[in-house]
Amino acid sequence: MRYSALEIFRQGLSGNTGWKPVWREPEPAPEYEVVIVGGGGHGLATAHYLAKVHGITDVAVCERGWIGNGNIGRNTTIVRSNYLQSGNQPFYELSVRLWEGLERDLNYNVMFSQRGILNLSHSDAQRDAQVRRANAMLMSGADAVLLDREGVRRLCPFLDFDNARFPIRGGLWQPRAGTARHDAVAWGYARAADERGVDLLQNTEVTGFLMEGGRCVGVETSRGRIRARKVAVCVAGASSRVMAMAGMRLPIESHVLQAFVSEGLKPAIPGVVTFGAGHFYLSQSDKGGLVFGGNIDGYNSYASRGHLPLAEEVGGEAMAMVPMIGRAKLLRSWGGVMDMSMDGSPFIDRTDIPGLYFNGGWCYGGFKATPASGYCYAHLIATDRPHETATAMRLDRFMSGAPIDENGHGAQPNLH
Amino acid sequence: MIIDHPLLGPRDAAEFVYLGDASLMDRPEVPATGEPPTAGEIRTMHDHVHLRDNPAGEHRELWFHEQGDRSWLVVTRDTLTHRMIRTELARDVASGAVDVPVHDAAPGDTASSAIDHDSNRPEPTR
Repeated sequence: MRYSALEIFRQGLSGNTGWKPVWREPEPAPEYEVVIVGGGGHGLATAHYLAKVHGITDVAVCERGWIGNGNIGRNTTIVRSNYLQSGNQPFYELSVRLWEGLERDLNYNVMFSQRGILNLSHSDAQRDAQVRRANAMLMSGADAVLLDREGVRRLCPFLDFDNARFPIRGGLWQPRAGTARHDAVAWGYARAADERGVDLLQNTEVTGFLMEGGRCVGVETSRGRIRARKVAVCVAGASSRVMAMAGMRLPIESHVLQAFVSEGLKPAIPGVVTFGAGHFYLSQSDKGGLVFGGNIDGYNSYASRGHLPLAEEVGGEAMAMVPMIGRAKLLRSWGGVMDMSMDGSPFIDRTDIPGLYFNGGWCYGGFKATPASGYCYAHLIATDRPHETATAMRLDRFMSGAPIDENGHGAQPNLH
Repeated sequence: MIIDHPLLGPRDAAEFVYLGDASLMDRPEVPATGEPPTAGEIRTMHDHVHLRDNPAGEHRELWFHEQGDRSWLVVTRDTLTHRMIRTELARDVASGAVDVPVHDAAPGDTASSAIDHDSNRPEPTR
């Protein structure tokens, strides 16, 4: 055991000088079997499962900044598997199952807290849609409970049930959903991968791909050339920029998503609650802050910050759903850059270039997918076959006419 | 963000609806021959509808002034800073009526809502 009360006591006596770095800072080797581009949650998870499940430990993860500086540390930490489409739901249910065993797997406390997610419904049509969704969830092996108005009231008495425009009619409740400590997820995967021999190369920006005879055989980086048998890109938020270096155009737009957190309050919100008459979600962190957000801003952006009209919209939705939130002070807000795909669903696929793999397009739903994304991407890289839960997440699905369009908006990324 | 409308002057971006890359105006011609489209024609249309350059930096994009005069604009904007560089009426761009020269902003001018008053706006409209 590395961390214990006794160890903290001992280190306290010696001025905390004896702590060791949690992972190595290796020099890049000239060649690896697999190079993963992007040391975010998904890239680190991919490295972990490549090593653990497939025994491939000759792996490097190239990260432009430092571990945990990207969207893995910017999201609102929600974990759920309440999707409708058959191309999505089994994948997200696999993810929740991996979440449930993650702390034992990594020997790291990611503070996964299964306090459930409640999607409110405000009309008969929404109620019907929730019945259908709940059945899709049950068929994938997930849990789903339909609540009537009184059931919702027992869980969340503080909601505005008799809102003049959006009275609450009921809700879809997934008890196994929840939240996790997002930074710990990155650190846990990083430590686990490092312990199995994966080289985590921080401050190593990939500046180009090495191509030989139409094959991708490595990457150019800010720390020199690294050859690899397989190169796996995993840089959601920057996918278009990175894949452009391989001459690819993607069915992706980059958009900014804002998130907000209030001052710390006593426990008030059980699990995650989402508004059905708009796009708004609310949870409470273990520190007590109310964590919430809504839509993306809706225009192409790489700026990692949003504009005020969206903050106003989110605030309005918050007041419509939970009027008491008006008494809380907003502590801070921030933005992250999302890969918004043309159907709102992700990609885990080979590219047309042999040796080059692509994982991205996570829209604003990447955090919950972290374990399954890594698991399925590692499966694809190791076996050259998609994992059975990720067969629909293909790059050519718009060409073949098989998109996974949860919302039915079509090729309009700012509406997903 | 403030969009400098060629006809109405500076307007809050919240009055607009965003569509995306201005290349969506250049719909490829697939002639109605009565025959099924060729693989090349399908590929061309797929690329037009679904693929994007998605640049980090200068981006030409379509905004619809829904809460205003209901005109379509082609806005050139920096996606890294949200700085507005140029606005044109989409109908002028489509007809080629206004050939707007590229305007390079002064270095350091990166405020997110800065309006570029030097941008080439059709003169008689203010």
